[in-house]
Amino acid sequence: MESAQPGAILTTADGAPLKQSLGRALRREKTVSLLLVAPLFLFIVVTFLIPIADMLLRGVDNKIVSEQIPRAVALLAEWDGGGGELPGEAVFSAMVADLQKGAKAKTINRLGKRLNYEKSGMSSLFRKSARRVLRLKEGPYREALVKIDRRWGDIQTWQLIKTFSPPYTGGYFLTAVDMRLDPAEGIVRQQEDRRIYLNLFGRTLWLSALITLLTLLLGYPIAYLLATLPTRTSNLLIILVLLPFWTSLLVRTTSWIALLQQEGVINDVLVAVGILDNDSRLAMIHNRIGTVVAMTHILLPFMVLPLYSVMKTIPPSYMRAAVSLGAHPALAFLRIYVPNTVPGMGAGGILVFILAIGYYITPALVGGSSGTFISNFIANHISSTLNWGLAAALGMLLLAIVLALYLLYDRIVGIDNMKLG
Amino acid sequence: MKFPPYTTPLERLWHYVFRIICGAVFFFLIFPIVVIIPLSFNSVPFFTFTDAMLSFDPAGYSLRWYQDFFTSLNWQRAVENSAVIALFSTLLATALGTLAALGLSRRHVPLRTTLMALLISPMIVPLIISACGMFFFYSRVNLQGTFIGVILAHAALGTPFVVITVTATLVGFDHSLTRAAVSLGASPARAFFKIIVPLILPGVISGALFAFITSFDEVVVILFVGTVEQRTIPWQMFSGIREQISPTILAVATLLIIVSMLLLTSVEMLRRRGEKLRGITPQ
Repeated sequence: MESAQPGAILTTADGAPLKQSLGRALRREKTVSLLLVAPLFLFIVVTFLIPIADMLLRGVDNKIVSEQIPRAVALLAEWDGGGGELPGEAVFSAMVADLQKGAKAKTINRLGKRLNYEKSGMSSLFRKSARRVLRLKEGPYREALVKIDRRWGDIQTWQLIKTFSPPYTGGYFLTAVDMRLDPAEGIVRQQEDRRIYLNLFGRTLWLSALITLLTLLLGYPIAYLLATLPTRTSNLLIILVLLPFWTSLLVRTTSWIALLQQEGVINDVLVAVGILDNDSRLAMIHNRIGTVVAMTHILLPFMVLPLYSVMKTIPPSYMRAAVSLGAHPALAFLRIYVPNTVPGMGAGGILVFILAIGYYITPALVGGSSGTFISNFIANHISSTLNWGLAAALGMLLLAIVLALYLLYDRIVGIDNMKLG
Repeated sequence: MKFPPYTTPLERLWHYVFRIICGAVFFFLIFPIVVIIPLSFNSVPFFTFTDAMLSFDPAGYSLRWYQDFFTSLNWQRAVENSAVIALFSTLLATALGTLAALGLSRRHVPLRTTLMALLISPMIVPLIISACGMFFFYSRVNLQGTFIGVILAHAALGTPFVVITVTATLVGFDHSLTRAAVSLGASPARAFFKIIVPLILPGVISGALFAFITSFDEVVVILFVGTVEQRTIPWQMFSGIREQISPTILAVATLLIIVSMLLLTSVEMLRRRGEKLRGITPQ
């Protein structure tokens, strides 16, 4: 190749300008990387991300109202709900037609159930009306409906239907934060006896914080010991941390049931030693204590491992320097060692906290009623009460909290630095 | 223990106190796991040590709960299902995860951080939320209550572990190694199998083990995505603890502890081997 003239365009062996060639190589490199990532990306999108998005939609989905009573909803849109007057005969006749259709298809009870979430009694209203409306042959429908159930003559019933007729609603999310959409007053707080979710979120956060603190208190000394012992010894001792980490969650929960229950090992020992009377065995399970103890044990390795990996990088000479300069060892530890371990505490703490607030299995098995978490209510709404919209809304709020913490974790540790085992 | 001459008595005392504290924490960590093992040999359906057990009377011990486990059709189905589901989801997760990790470790990846965050998200999102979302969506597409649905769900949960472990083995990978192989006449495919594969293999295997244990231990998602048809060992344990707890569960737990010990040993050995291969001396 001839030596390049000053100012001439650099070319590669095949004569293409160097810049273009490099650009092509870079594009090729990018394409290859993306092609390698693509299969997993598509897989995660289909099997995981779309389901999560689907759940978000469920949390606002309200199409059931306009699907079940389409004609009434269309006419109600023009009715002025604030005017203090019942809708006209046309709305009533449309409602009767919709109810008849829904009653024949046996789908109308679902609508009643949906509206019942907003106001109790709606379920029975629709069930009763659906049964009787089939006998109605001709108008006037207004009197006929009111005769079936007086609530059809109540303006609030119609206001409620109008308020919840759009295809999307924030109703479930409002319920999830103990608020409700009142047809007359707008967004207001839920009635006293129906305010449960904020309390539950509060309890979940508070117990998770307590568990995180306990894992930090228990984990710090042993992480320190592991980091300062000779490698040979610490490699052996770390197995005591890793074995619980690898042991099935259910196994560990089971063993806490065996240990903590009234006829269990700990109560038996306390009775045998004479600390407790046989009649006054401690209730340590199916309550808050059970959840906290079992979860602290289960999550402790997640605190120890990040702490240990940070502590291993702190040179022992820092402490020696502080002590040789006259600091008391305790002071040196507090002023030199502890600040150096803050990243480890942050990483472990956020990790444990994130894991704790989403816990389901352990609280479900050992939590009783005072030690359950928000997850247990989500599961309950899915499998027992079948209020899927509310389950989705609660789940999304929980997810929002977790993602916020995750971003914090990313700031402190970085996703790329996540290590396993 | 030999102390340097300048240590004060108080420091010596603290040294021992500290050791005792650590001992207590280690005891807290390991005791609940160890205690299950003798309890599973109980001859009566109690969850605690009987007098006969404490006096080492052979009559206090029996293998009846193990016998129960090995002869119960429900448990045998659960073992089969667990094995099938874990095996297929591990294969799927390992194949997809390794490919993606190879892609993510190249030098120029557009949107690397975003991609990584999305691919790792199944590990971050609380299981109950993944379970709900999958339950809703899989019922729409008729995958709820099928083996395929459960395998896909478990594979999705397992892939982040594979991506993380394989990416970790590729950190600091010296690309001149493959270039050297190619310049010496190897085809790109041969260079890949002879140079890259041996180096990432420990990471791939330990990622696969993580994916395996994720599926093998998973109980939340399967409760929602699966039905009684797909019951796995954790599914059976969960419903067992909820309904009527029998010491058979302790026998199963003991067997699972042995499984986790085996897995832990393999992962540790792989990790050390991987570090040795890449020239990182174990600290």
